[in-house]
Amino acid sequence: MRKGDVIVLEHLPAAVAYAAGGGRRELDGPLGSAFDIAERDTRFGQKTWEMAESELARRTLETAFGKVPHDIGTPDVVFAGDLQCQCTASGYAMRSEDVPFAGLYGACSTMAESAALAACLVDGGFAACAAAMASSHFCAAERQFRTPLGYGAKRTPTAQWTVTGAGAVVLASGRGPRVRAVQFGRVRDLGVFDASNMGAAMAPAAAETLVRYFDATGETPDAFDAVYTGDLGAVGSNLLGSLLELEGVRLQNHRDCGLEIYGRTAPGSGASGAGCSAAVLCGHILPMLARGEMRRVLFLATGALMSQTTSLQGESIPGVAHLVEFCSEEAMACS
Amino acid sequence: MKTTKEEYAVLCKQALPHSPVAKDCAWAFCVGGAICALGQILLDAYGALGFEKADAGTLTSATLVALSAVATALGWYQKLASKAGAGTLVPITGFANAVVSPAIEFKREGLITGTGAKMFTIAGPVIVYGMLASTVWGVARHFLWG
Amino acid sequence: MQLIRAFVVGGALCVIGQLLLDYTGLTPARILTGFVVAGVALSALGLYGPLADFAGAGATVPLLGFGHLLAQGAVEAVEEKGLLGALTGGFTAAAGGVTASLVCGFLAALFSRSRDQS
Repeated sequence: MRKGDVIVLEHLPAAVAYAAGGGRRELDGPLGSAFDIAERDTRFGQKTWEMAESELARRTLETAFGKVPHDIGTPDVVFAGDLQCQCTASGYAMRSEDVPFAGLYGACSTMAESAALAACLVDGGFAACAAAMASSHFCAAERQFRTPLGYGAKRTPTAQWTVTGAGAVVLASGRGPRVRAVQFGRVRDLGVFDASNMGAAMAPAAAETLVRYFDATGETPDAFDAVYTGDLGAVGSNLLGSLLELEGVRLQNHRDCGLEIYGRTAPGSGASGAGCSAAVLCGHILPMLARGEMRRVLFLATGALMSQTTSLQGESIPGVAHLVEFCSEEAMACS
Repeated sequence: MKTTKEEYAVLCKQALPHSPVAKDCAWAFCVGGAICALGQILLDAYGALGFEKADAGTLTSATLVALSAVATALGWYQKLASKAGAGTLVPITGFANAVVSPAIEFKREGLITGTGAKMFTIAGPVIVYGMLASTVWGVARHFLWG
Repeated sequence: MQLIRAFVVGGALCVIGQLLLDYTGLTPARILTGFVVAGVALSALGLYGPLADFAGAGATVPLLGFGHLLAQGAVEAVEEKGLLGALTGGFTAAAGGVTASLVCGFLAALFSRSRDQS
């Protein structure tokens, strides 16, 4: 059923299995103990940073597959994406999996995008079981989009740090936290040009998606234990608050994956990268819902849709934010 | 959403965290000054060894470049630069770091197509515009004072 | 004494770079390019020579000094060979530093590999 942009699911597919992976810096953060793949060597036994990310994604996905209850069987499709050129981390990770694969690019919004698509397919009966994954690697991102790792540069205070991490979730009918609704975001661009201030570029898209969600469903922010945004960082989170206030929405239970993953040790404005919200969702949010520590959560992953080329050509940065509403099994029973 | 680009630009400006300018400048001054002082020591040493002024200058540059290359290869230059900012950027050691770091980084893409092709991706513009400026000045000098 | 002058002048030139970084949002690559071109211009105006005499390495080690070196090279070559010197002077003067960087870059690439800085 559709309410505005919101797709309200009928059968509430369950997150029957999920896994998160991270590198050294992520393991040292406050969520470190929650990761399934915990390796301090960020090369993950590979020769290049690109293959390291791919290996991290592959291990994370296989760990999630391994947790799927036997009566559910293997996934009918995997939606996955990453930040590398031509989505190679996911594509190469899927070489060793004999499962249909659809590659996605949504920058740092990929985890919500892939989970939303997987949920729709399962809910519509087009797949009995579908998986969603996103990954990123600090070194692969730096060398592709910024500067060589050995280049001496001081980061600006608005810059965000790309997470070395991955998260994978398997959706099917079964036991686990439920997906109640999903919403694909509209692209918004309020004229931010600074590629080292992506939180500011993405905040308008996040505000747009949230305002439309609350309008369409009649829900209020208080109905949720938390509203998680995926990687606005400190600067973007501030701006989201200001934008929502102008729209008459007070968001008091807001948390940002980019601030959760490194806690107080966050460099610059916080973390970013497709793997950031993915790892926080699969290593923190879903386990909390499964344990009943939270009942209802909005998960909103934001992406900045520029490239190095468009930045150099002087274009401003468009943002997008996709939303997935999760609830615990108990909360589902009440509704 | 009702917010316009102009209104958002104001919000962004308010939300912008300020760089700790005094601290940044103190780091830049001390580290940059120290690299230049090291250059002076080398210059004097090469002078004392009997090299003439221009050659001593070239040897000083080459020595600083080599030291920067070693520090870059060991990952130290980046660590220092993350604090020192312009203090490691402006001296010739920063130029060397800009050449050496892509040379190392893109080795996996091949010694020709990676290291060779990308060595000057960052430092290239410095040479291009430096040479252009010096050519313009050379031509001007020839016609105006020649 | 010369050492202190080199430290203070070199440090001050770096502070100018830092202020540009913090206040203008210019990228490091733009600042480096600007410094070299500014060095050529200051040298052409006759301002950088006296500074180099005063501060020694404090003026020659920063990239402004590289610009000064290029400008001096162009002038010397033009005086020697005429207009042809405008084409050869800059590169000749810069050859040492640029080639040293290039050789060090190649050797570093052979003996080192990319490291995670996180």
